[in-house]
Amino acid sequence: MLSFILRRLLIIVPMALLVVTLTWGLIRIAPGTFYSSEKKLPPAIEENIKKKYGLDKPWYQQYGLMMYNVVRLDFGDSLKYPGQTVNEIIWRHLPYSATIGLLAYVLALVFGLTFGIIAALKQNSLWDYGSMALAMLGLSVPNFVLGPILVLGFALGIYWFPPARWGTVANLVLPVITLSAIYAAYIARLTRAGMLEVMRSDYIRTARAKGLDEKTVLLKHALRGGIIPVVSFTGPALAALLAGTVVVERVFAIPGLGNIFIQSVLNRDEPLTLGIVAFLSILIMVFNLIVDISYGFLDPRIRYE
Amino acid sequence: MDENVTAIKGTSLWRDAWKRLLKNRLAVFGLVMLIIIALFVIIGPLVLFWATGITADEIPANGDLIKSFPPSRLHWMGTDEAGRDQFARVLQGGRISLMVGIISTIVSLVVGVSYGAIAGFLGGRIDNVMMRIVDMIYAIPYILIVIVLLSVFGGQNTPSWIKYLSETIGGSGNQGLSQIFLLFFALGLVSWLTMARVVRGQVLSLKNQEFVMAARATGVSTFGIIFRHLVPNTLGPVIVYATLTVPSVMLTEAFLSYLGLGVQAPFASWGSLAADGVKNIAIFPWQLLFPGLTMALTLFSLNFLGDGLRDALDPQTRKF
Amino acid sequence: MNQQNGSILSVKDLRTYFATEDGVVKAVDGITFELTKGETLGIVGESGSGKSVTNLSVMRLIPEPPGQIAGGRIVFDGIDVLGLSIEKVRDLRGRRIAMIFQDPMTSLNPFLKISTQLTEVTRLHLNHNEQQARAHAIKMLKLVGISDAEDRMDSYPHEFSGGMRQRVMIAMALSCDPELLIADEPTTALDVTIQAQILELIKDLKARMGTSVILITHDLGVVAGMTDKIIVMYAGKVFEQAPTKELFATPANPYTKGLLKSVPDPAHEEGKELYQIPGLPPDVAHLPPGCPFAERCYRAEDICRREFPPFVEINSDHHSLCHFAQEVYAESIKENEVLHV
Repeated sequence: MLSFILRRLLIIVPMALLVVTLTWGLIRIAPGTFYSSEKKLPPAIEENIKKKYGLDKPWYQQYGLMMYNVVRLDFGDSLKYPGQTVNEIIWRHLPYSATIGLLAYVLALVFGLTFGIIAALKQNSLWDYGSMALAMLGLSVPNFVLGPILVLGFALGIYWFPPARWGTVANLVLPVITLSAIYAAYIARLTRAGMLEVMRSDYIRTARAKGLDEKTVLLKHALRGGIIPVVSFTGPALAALLAGTVVVERVFAIPGLGNIFIQSVLNRDEPLTLGIVAFLSILIMVFNLIVDISYGFLDPRIRYE
Repeated sequence: MDENVTAIKGTSLWRDAWKRLLKNRLAVFGLVMLIIIALFVIIGPLVLFWATGITADEIPANGDLIKSFPPSRLHWMGTDEAGRDQFARVLQGGRISLMVGIISTIVSLVVGVSYGAIAGFLGGRIDNVMMRIVDMIYAIPYILIVIVLLSVFGGQNTPSWIKYLSETIGGSGNQGLSQIFLLFFALGLVSWLTMARVVRGQVLSLKNQEFVMAARATGVSTFGIIFRHLVPNTLGPVIVYATLTVPSVMLTEAFLSYLGLGVQAPFASWGSLAADGVKNIAIFPWQLLFPGLTMALTLFSLNFLGDGLRDALDPQTRKF
Repeated sequence: MNQQNGSILSVKDLRTYFATEDGVVKAVDGITFELTKGETLGIVGESGSGKSVTNLSVMRLIPEPPGQIAGGRIVFDGIDVLGLSIEKVRDLRGRRIAMIFQDPMTSLNPFLKISTQLTEVTRLHLNHNEQQARAHAIKMLKLVGISDAEDRMDSYPHEFSGGMRQRVMIAMALSCDPELLIADEPTTALDVTIQAQILELIKDLKARMGTSVILITHDLGVVAGMTDKIIVMYAGKVFEQAPTKELFATPANPYTKGLLKSVPDPAHEEGKELYQIPGLPPDVAHLPPGCPFAERCYRAEDICRREFPPFVEINSDHHSLCHFAQEVYAESIKENEVLHV
């Protein structure tokens, strides 16, 4: 098991570097620069800028220099916010998206698992249809519609929660709910499907034949196998959530990482984009590794060497 | 065997699936709803124009006077900031949103299925390389890819076949429309990855079955085997995946429009309408609500239909 | 320990139906049989004959939609099983009636250690605490022939071979010394050599513990050495019922004869084709009028296709569902005489 983990950890670094390379390539292919918006700059000024940022060197030199720095985790200064290093920016904004992301996922798990299990247990009943209809709503209402509606209803209509910004716990409620909706929906559906699948197994029939009551059959025998799809889902979902969600950040004026990322792409702020992409891909790979390790604990048939 | 055995009446896989689909009330509801929405969206603008002379893009002469009006008898969904009739815009926006769903999904299908089938069939090294490429593209945030595609191929650089396509389907002379078609293709190009994986998996397990050997033995070319024998047998999971792609692509487009990257004025999609409407949520909430809820309704129906198709095609997942 | 008197299980006119897309499937349509204490009953039939459904019905393990026990009476040691509340049924399950299933790989929970799966039975029904349950489980494992029981208690099902898993299932089933053991095709998924071992094990345990056994199989070879009497099922009905020796020697039903003929006999002439009952088992959702076996029967006549056959009593223990039961019986006797000349 240990060597398995080590091998996976080792591979993360070259993979991340590969992703950074690809991203760098993509950014370079795209026309447009960070320093020009609509106006065309006079050539002299453009030359100066290029020299200052080393953009006049041949591309392979630029690439080499960039990679050399990246490996030392030095992403440089943001081009759009000179004076701030990329690392500073990421660390400054990460706590906001991470807090909301984590809370949202926990909420999604609580609701999703509960409703999914209930729906599977009372299949084809009102509970089942109701839960699944609710889940369907969660999937169908885009978050940039849901957010404002919640704000309209609960912040402006009835003043229960503040409509935006950061500060108290109350500020967290609406953004977290908005963010968690679609995940809760996915989790509910996955849980229901997983549980139904397991409940049809022969070993559940055996458990019943032994005289065990439904609650024990469900919680002791069925749950372990039934939640495996949710575990698979959690890895990438959680990683993406931590990195931020643009819409929720914009609607609720939260200074999270998602918005920063989008802006960096639009601004052609190469160091910042590369820094965030590297961070995100490492995060995803680590989370996938954690998920794979949990399989090992959940399903004894899986043994890693 | 014995001739006395009465033959069992056979039904094809598809007829069976269709029967099962029809029995699923939610799926039928979704299907009917979608047909209604599609009709509204296709014929609606024409009828509206014929009846009242209102169009979606023209700013009416008295725009200033009637801007941001709440729903009324004349303007069922109110007016937007420039005085345009929201109902007309929602209908028009629907055309674009639905087209996104269809065209982008077709693109992702064509690319994904071909890629996956070829990788799965050729196997070995080539398959490995092809799937690593998929993994790598998967690791890159799709926003980046979309933005790059749009800026590289946008404006003057739009490939002529996209321009041709947009003119054929949408009418000529409009550069903006070709940009929208470019968007369709860009979205399709970021959605094909999982489809390719699914198809490759299927092909890998199918290719060792006997009917492939039989085809080979009768001299069918590699290309023929892939596309005439293997691909039709992967249709089940492919349809399932396509039904997941349509709503996903529509949401992505809406998201991009919300960011200002998607559909540009004078065109509208539900996403861009909703994005415009968010700004005024406190004072003119209908500007967000109508397009937003219409989109939600469409996605709702699509999801039910998708669920129904999945249940119908894969009996193992059936409820009982 | 071997109580001869008294019926342990009495099934009368049991009907279990399933609602499917194709209509109502009468998986079991009027089954009647009785098992006395200490007896071993064999239920034989092809797939789809309703043999498994019968036994699941006895333990009320039929999933309620889409299935339903539509009628009949099941009496276990004087208790009306169909009238019990589900909680009382659970008291019976695992404790007084136990079941082992066909495929031990899928019938054991792959996620739980076998110690867990074994101890939960006695902890539930006999109120053992953890230590008592564990000691008892080890004892049971040794009883079924797993000698290094202590070491293997904390293993998972996938770490055992097929035969061993089935032994674990048997240990699990017999943990509470049930009065009735229902074995649903216990050897079908196993290698031939292991099959014999498992059957021997069941026979041995039965003798030691005095359990009544119902053995379900499609393989006549299996029931020959194990059972006291046999029921032959087809299309949800009992086609023939007789003490084992008599069934094999003088069957009174064409279907039974067909089954007997299909058992490959190594002593028989080489080069001769293996016999197979022609045709396929019927579609139980759409049964023709008349005898469900008529299409495949070597003896079928017009009346067979028109009228449902009567239940003919050959003697007090031997019944057959056939228009020509007596004739077939007579033929069998004659064939016997020829063989034993």
